[in-house]
Amino acid sequence: MKNFQLKAKILSQTEIKDNYWYCELSAPQVAKNALSGQFINIRVSDNLDPLLRRPISIHRVSGAKIKIFYEVVGKATEILAQKKKGEYLDIIGPLGNGFEYSRITKKSYKRKNILVAGGMGVAPLVFLAEKIKFNKPLVLIGAREKEQILCSQEFKALGCKVIIATDDGSLGFKGKVTELLKEVLSLNQQASKAENIYACGPQPMLKAVAQISCANNIASQLSLERHMACGFGACLGCVVATKSGYKRVCKDGPVFSGKELTW
Amino acid sequence: MVKQAKPNLSVNIGNLVLHNPVMVASGTFGYAEEFKELMDLKKLGAIVTKTITIKPRPGNLPPRTCETPAGMLNSIGLENPGIGRFIKEKLPFLKKLGIPVIVSIAAEDNPEEFSVLVRQLDKINTVSAIELNISCPNLQKDRLISQDAKETFALVGAIRKLTKKCLITKLSPNVTSVPEIALAAQEAGSDAIALINTLTGMSIDVHKRAPKIGSWVGGLSGPAIRPVAVRMVWEVYNKINIPIIGMGGIMDIESALEFFIAGATAVGVGTANFINPRASLEIISGLEKYCHKNKINSIKKLTGLLLRC
Repeated sequence: MKNFQLKAKILSQTEIKDNYWYCELSAPQVAKNALSGQFINIRVSDNLDPLLRRPISIHRVSGAKIKIFYEVVGKATEILAQKKKGEYLDIIGPLGNGFEYSRITKKSYKRKNILVAGGMGVAPLVFLAEKIKFNKPLVLIGAREKEQILCSQEFKALGCKVIIATDDGSLGFKGKVTELLKEVLSLNQQASKAENIYACGPQPMLKAVAQISCANNIASQLSLERHMACGFGACLGCVVATKSGYKRVCKDGPVFSGKELTW
Repeated sequence: MVKQAKPNLSVNIGNLVLHNPVMVASGTFGYAEEFKELMDLKKLGAIVTKTITIKPRPGNLPPRTCETPAGMLNSIGLENPGIGRFIKEKLPFLKKLGIPVIVSIAAEDNPEEFSVLVRQLDKINTVSAIELNISCPNLQKDRLISQDAKETFALVGAIRKLTKKCLITKLSPNVTSVPEIALAAQEAGSDAIALINTLTGMSIDVHKRAPKIGSWVGGLSGPAIRPVAVRMVWEVYNKINIPIIGMGGIMDIESALEFFIAGATAVGVGTANFINPRASLEIISGLEKYCHKNKINSIKKLTGLLLRC
């Protein structure tokens, strides 16, 4: 897989709601090579603190543009959000393995694919939904409350069926998105025959998705998030335990089969 | 006007001739292949591999890294495929590059393991030099070899008998007196000293009230440790006469120059590789410019060229 280091021009930077930002970058080589589930590693400033790059998943690609969707959660993302249109960002990418969906065909229309997103976990899944939109995947989005439900319109615009879960019941199903997943698999015949479950979100959610998928005999692909020092496989810092030993989230992942992980 | 000749950047480390004095530090560059798309590897002065042990090592419990102010903590724990797979799977790529390859090695339990590794590496032409990593802070040992002058002397002396290849001894900053250990390595026949390895450190997540890395304590690297490293290079330079490969938080040309002026013959770029993979190449061209501007015809003359303030 090819990756590049480049200065990407910021084409737009929009706060869509408090602390949630869309940023479009001109990065032709990255856009051309990007797979859904891959990420870019951003150096948010030339200063020494924060020192390391920040891995952020690729949200959409169109032509020579890539779009990222991020939440301001700390020092680095705060700096990132202050960057203006026309400025340049030092990025490395596309990095990581990406989701595997080559076996999904138009003929597999009846065998649904399910996307499960928790909070910001929607970010890489929109790119995936775009790639398999002909399959009209079912998307389950979960968050603590209504305000944190993200990207549901984007998924709908791609032809996906979207079901929402909130912990406080302020929108859709009341409960965890993983409880919703269980319910969907038991009540919906078509869903119970799903071919793949793709998920991205917090670690406890991913672990539950892996268990539910396994119990229902459905293959799962989970996109993990870890603290990274390099992002391209050199430092061995971001490893996760798997059945075949430690693997690098940045290079061997971030997408892993639920069966492979030992948590 | 006569055009000034290009400054000579070549340096000698024992019997090893480096085209330029900028290498990449062990553990921050994998086995070079990870960087092949991000830079022109052939321009590097040398590559120091991730440390190799006899047997494969899975490494330490994650999380293994965390960021600190102007630095990072790591506790990778020498994850490596073992010497057998290193020779078979990693060395062929390094050979193709045609630049000096310095293989970093460590013992897990018994210093005797160094001899086993050196006997194997001594036979391989691609291996230009051997770096004795007696200073890894992440092996959960009560004491490192490089924390004792006698043990350092004994180990380097034993290894010296086994190979004519250039031997570099990498020292720990976590000692009372680095010059004392450096002297021991020199007297035992080491061709050069690499310093510093990481400083032991700890960082705590106050919300979880837990250490940020799985092994609780790790090695601090990055610009945060640079002044400590520069000071140690300078102290050691005043005590020994073999070359020093200086490292510790080098990010750019200015920070690299500090090390040369303090007494380093060559430098190692470490943590910067993660952030700016081209940092070492920028330093090489920066050295040329600096020498040119200051009418220094050979980088060798810059070593220890420290004036009073």
